[in-house]
Amino acid sequence: MGEICVVIEHRKGEIRDITFEMLFKARELCRAFSHRLTALVLAGKDSGLANGLAKWADRVVVFEDDRLETFNADLYKDILNRVIQEDRPFMTLMGHTSWGMDLAPALSVKTGLPLATDCVDIQAKDGRPMVVRQIYSGKLFSRVSFKESPGYLITVRPGAFLPPDAEAGSEGEVVNQDMPADLAEPRTTFVEFVDTGAGEIDITQADLLVSIGRGVGEEENIATIRELADRMGATLSCSRPVVDKNWLPKFHQVGTSGKSVRPKVYLALGISGAFQHVAGITGAGTVIAVNKDRKAPIFRVADYGVADDLFKVADALKEKLAGA
Amino acid sequence: MDVIVCVKQVPEVIDADLKINREATGIEKEDLVMHINDWDNYAVEEAVCIKEAQGGTVTAITIGDDESEDVLRRALAMGADKAIRIDPGERELDSFVISKILAKVIKDLEYDLVLTGVQADDDNSGMVGIMLAEELGLSHAAVVTGVQPEGDAATIRMELEGGLDEIAKIKLPSLLTVQTGINDPRYVSIMGIRKARNKELAVVELEDLGIHEDHLTPMTWIEEVFIPPETTGAEMIEGDAASVAAQLIKIMKEKGVNI
Repeated sequence: MGEICVVIEHRKGEIRDITFEMLFKARELCRAFSHRLTALVLAGKDSGLANGLAKWADRVVVFEDDRLETFNADLYKDILNRVIQEDRPFMTLMGHTSWGMDLAPALSVKTGLPLATDCVDIQAKDGRPMVVRQIYSGKLFSRVSFKESPGYLITVRPGAFLPPDAEAGSEGEVVNQDMPADLAEPRTTFVEFVDTGAGEIDITQADLLVSIGRGVGEEENIATIRELADRMGATLSCSRPVVDKNWLPKFHQVGTSGKSVRPKVYLALGISGAFQHVAGITGAGTVIAVNKDRKAPIFRVADYGVADDLFKVADALKEKLAGA
Repeated sequence: MDVIVCVKQVPEVIDADLKINREATGIEKEDLVMHINDWDNYAVEEAVCIKEAQGGTVTAITIGDDESEDVLRRALAMGADKAIRIDPGERELDSFVISKILAKVIKDLEYDLVLTGVQADDDNSGMVGIMLAEELGLSHAAVVTGVQPEGDAATIRMELEGGLDEIAKIKLPSLLTVQTGINDPRYVSIMGIRKARNKELAVVELEDLGIHEDHLTPMTWIEEVFIPPETTGAEMIEGDAASVAAQLIKIMKEKGVNI
């Protein structure tokens, strides 16, 4: 019987959501391929993480060491390579997160196993995995095949697989492993975490967010949207391109690298709807999107859409509110 | 500090209407505007900033046909000292093959730092940079939003999820994949590109690199490109701006917002 291995992602002592999303999908794949499910934990001493995972997997393999307190590409790569050489898992799943993006491609070269990244679906075809990925900024999807290989590496997009709150399952066996004596010398040293989200306004507390994206065009145009937000009693937020251009500070940013928000209404103006952004508004009550591109991905997740110039709509809103 | 920066020419897709090709393995590129991958533009700027602060050289490298020399000319105009284009001929390349080819060329160059973009806005794989690091045996970090080289190490900032950054020290030589927003890329004028004409731009033929055929065979391939499956999607509100505004205000009020 083969094995599907899920690399557990954790931060500051907490298991991250992507971990359960991967375990949930891996369980489904284990049924399709009749494999067993292994959760692989690399963590600091006495992390206690294995206990919470036992009901999700057939086996929880644990490496605990002070050097593994935080993610380290060199150490993860070395240990994972050993595990893969020894156990030969059919499939190894990692998160398509900042850490997974630093780990998986290097592991692929080191092990010689093929890799597909940022997958939104994983299927079985002729005994091999076949994955679905988004390309061209999410405007199109692709189905990707692997060459025949003793194992396959896959990184999973956060939010692609949503597990039920309680996954019924048997208690998996916890296997504590000794650290390899000749572990690689890490070339990267953790210094600290820095919270970039703090600022003078808190977009996570707003009932109404007026949010701007690339479509705002020029920095000068932000004033008119700010005016609209003020008139509506709304808080101004934005997507990544606006912060990249330094038009608004980072604490305005909604999305995976910014903040997750849950307003009653989210009014997205000129936001195309990249998945990194959309992941931050899943908790919003109602999403209204205004974008002149009728094919913009944001309309796939919005409740209401207006395919028009955002400034035209903004001006009309201001006029209506002034007249009201 | 000698810096190598890898760049790629990609189609401009944000505002484009994409058409799937007849074989459904990719898109029709004829009518699309080609430009430097956004992430790579930030990587070039970062490389040039490091050179300006600390001295040294910047070498820009791309793999592509002669039209992709545009992105190299652009990098030269931004301040790179020399450029290399590797011509792949008619071969199909995936990230594995691309990283093998780049490694073969870069291993003979002098460098302290290799920069790439986090990903390219065509296949959005984010694989080549970190694969290249492993091929070259370099330390590596992904999604980097700050670099401060100092002697044989650098202090770096990496963007994690949820508004959290990580600060770390990394030993050089190193490969970093650069995130958008790390800097403010300088403007490139036509005059600037013209002025950079005299800078060295070498062309290397893939055949001359002597790479084993096994390393030029893709490990993954696209079976099919398709339009995202239909979802229920947004209820579209049509009409003139005034009536649209009235309807939006009504909806917002119904959803419990005081405006």
